Amino acid sequence: MSDYRSLYQEVILDHNKKPRNYGTIEHPQHHAVGHNPLCGDHISVDISLNDDRIENIAFQGESCAICKASASMMTVSVKGKTRTETETLIQEFLAMATGKLSHEACPNIGRLAVFAGISDLPTRVKCAILPWHTLHSAFTSEGTTSTEAEADPMHAPIGDA
Amino acid sequence: MNITRTAQKSKNSPAFEVERIRADFPILSLRVNDKPLVYLDNAASSQMPQPVIDRLTRYQTTQHANINRAVHYLSEVATSEFEEARRKLQAFINASNEREIIFTSGTTDAINLVMHGYGRKMIGPGDEIILTTLEHHSNIVPWQMLAEEKGAKIRIVPINDAGELLIDEYEKLFNSRTKFVGATHVSNALGTINPIKEMIAFAHARGVPILIDGAQAAPHIKVDVQDLDCDFYAFSGHKLCGPTGIGILYGRAAILESMQPFKGGGDMILSVTFEKTIYNTIPHKFEAGTPPIAAAIGLGAAVDYLSTIGMDAIAAHELNLLQYATEKINSLPGVRIIGTAKHKAAVLSFAVDGVHPHDIGTLLNQDGVAVRTGHHCAQPVMQRFKIPATSRASFAFYNNIREVDALIDGIRTVQKVFT
Repeated sequence: MSDYRSLYQEVILDHNKKPRNYGTIEHPQHHAVGHNPLCGDHISVDISLNDDRIENIAFQGESCAICKASASMMTVSVKGKTRTETETLIQEFLAMATGKLSHEACPNIGRLAVFAGISDLPTRVKCAILPWHTLHSAFTSEGTTSTEAEADPMHAPIGDA
Repeated sequence: MNITRTAQKSKNSPAFEVERIRADFPILSLRVNDKPLVYLDNAASSQMPQPVIDRLTRYQTTQHANINRAVHYLSEVATSEFEEARRKLQAFINASNEREIIFTSGTTDAINLVMHGYGRKMIGPGDEIILTTLEHHSNIVPWQMLAEEKGAKIRIVPINDAGELLIDEYEKLFNSRTKFVGATHVSNALGTINPIKEMIAFAHARGVPILIDGAQAAPHIKVDVQDLDCDFYAFSGHKLCGPTGIGILYGRAAILESMQPFKGGGDMILSVTFEKTIYNTIPHKFEAGTPPIAAAIGLGAAVDYLSTIGMDAIAAHELNLLQYATEKINSLPGVRIIGTAKHKAAVLSFAVDGVHPHDIGTLLNQDGVAVRTGHHCAQPVMQRFKIPATSRASFAFYNNIREVDALIDGIRTVQKVFT
């Protein structure tokens, strides 16, 4: 990607300005907090399920535009999905953001393809994937996650932010 | 009449020819994202001028061997050039003796050397170490490790809203248990120049030794360790137009001689038997193993280069850049400078309303402008200002007004994207 500004597309700027599903759920069945200790950013994700489907999801936190837009679009994308469908999407998003798969190779990625260009900016990949780390942690009841935790199965070994 | 003409002449023909200096730095002609590179991350690491690059090449192509070992030609040349570099560094900070200059891998290594060599011997349970809010993590964490090991306590000098140390509070922290002070000369996150000469005098009047972290000061202002009268002064080569992997610990000879070695190994000994080892004299006692010989010689060439330009001329040019940039940033609505001390080095931390520093950094990079974004390894400073991070432009003597303008235009673009 020659022009990084293309990353800051209308849709990303819009989700940053007016994040969807922003806040908390009163009695969430799943909850996790994600940290990026390199920049101090943090977000929390709350989920309530109906059977196996995400009935409600909310996030909040302090972060850059890339992270906030990623979180906002994530909540929109996974609402109504089953756990399995959600995990599939998490894996696709991570593969796309880290440059392992092109967005064309991700059948469920949809509008999230706007984040494909992040893989050219290694120091910003963590910003985009932090919400997805956190969502995964909420499901696995790990409670907290960190972009720097080597033990995390989704740890992306990339440069110092 | 004559006097007026002379005054005008000196005003119109500045001794500091920044464009000629820029030509010495090959990297400055680089293009990034199809724009001329505007390198404003000098507080993290500076760039290297051709004379230093040439010196490294000459060493590697005609002078390299291990030092202090063999009697052959190359070993003697390398040893003599290495020791010549030590004398250049001695002169650069006006140390009274070359034995007071220890080559380390950098400022962090130098501070750790003092913590292990002095701290572990001299600081015990209940003792107190004074540090300041403005310290880089490298002058916090080693002392926390020591405090934990020894049951000692760390006391912190607070700052005001401008980012200046509260010297009254510093003085109140001293008591009979105070055993050591660590203070930064210049804040890497805010640019504040601390009144270290007064702080050193105050500590010494109470018999307390003091270490100055000079990583951000040595590249920008004339340092005279005898005039300062500090016990330790630490700085890094790569912020001083030199290579990475080399730094200096200055220590007063008497205090260095009283210290334990930090690392054991070759070169730091006079004799070794399995019953007893006799340590070498200073500075070799603290230089175990083969040092980064090329980097030390390169650093020697770097301080030669800086001295030719003159540290006072460098400081004056950088102050001009800082004042110009400060005025310009203050004229931008929605942009706030973090750190407004009266005495500042050319470091400009700023926040843009509604825009996260990482987004600022990525968008500025699109315009070829390199700034640092984050907590700058100074999280206590960020906590004091209740912000997670800042964007930081830090200037060197090879930066010019056009580059400040590029920064300002870049910030305007950021604001436009985020409206």
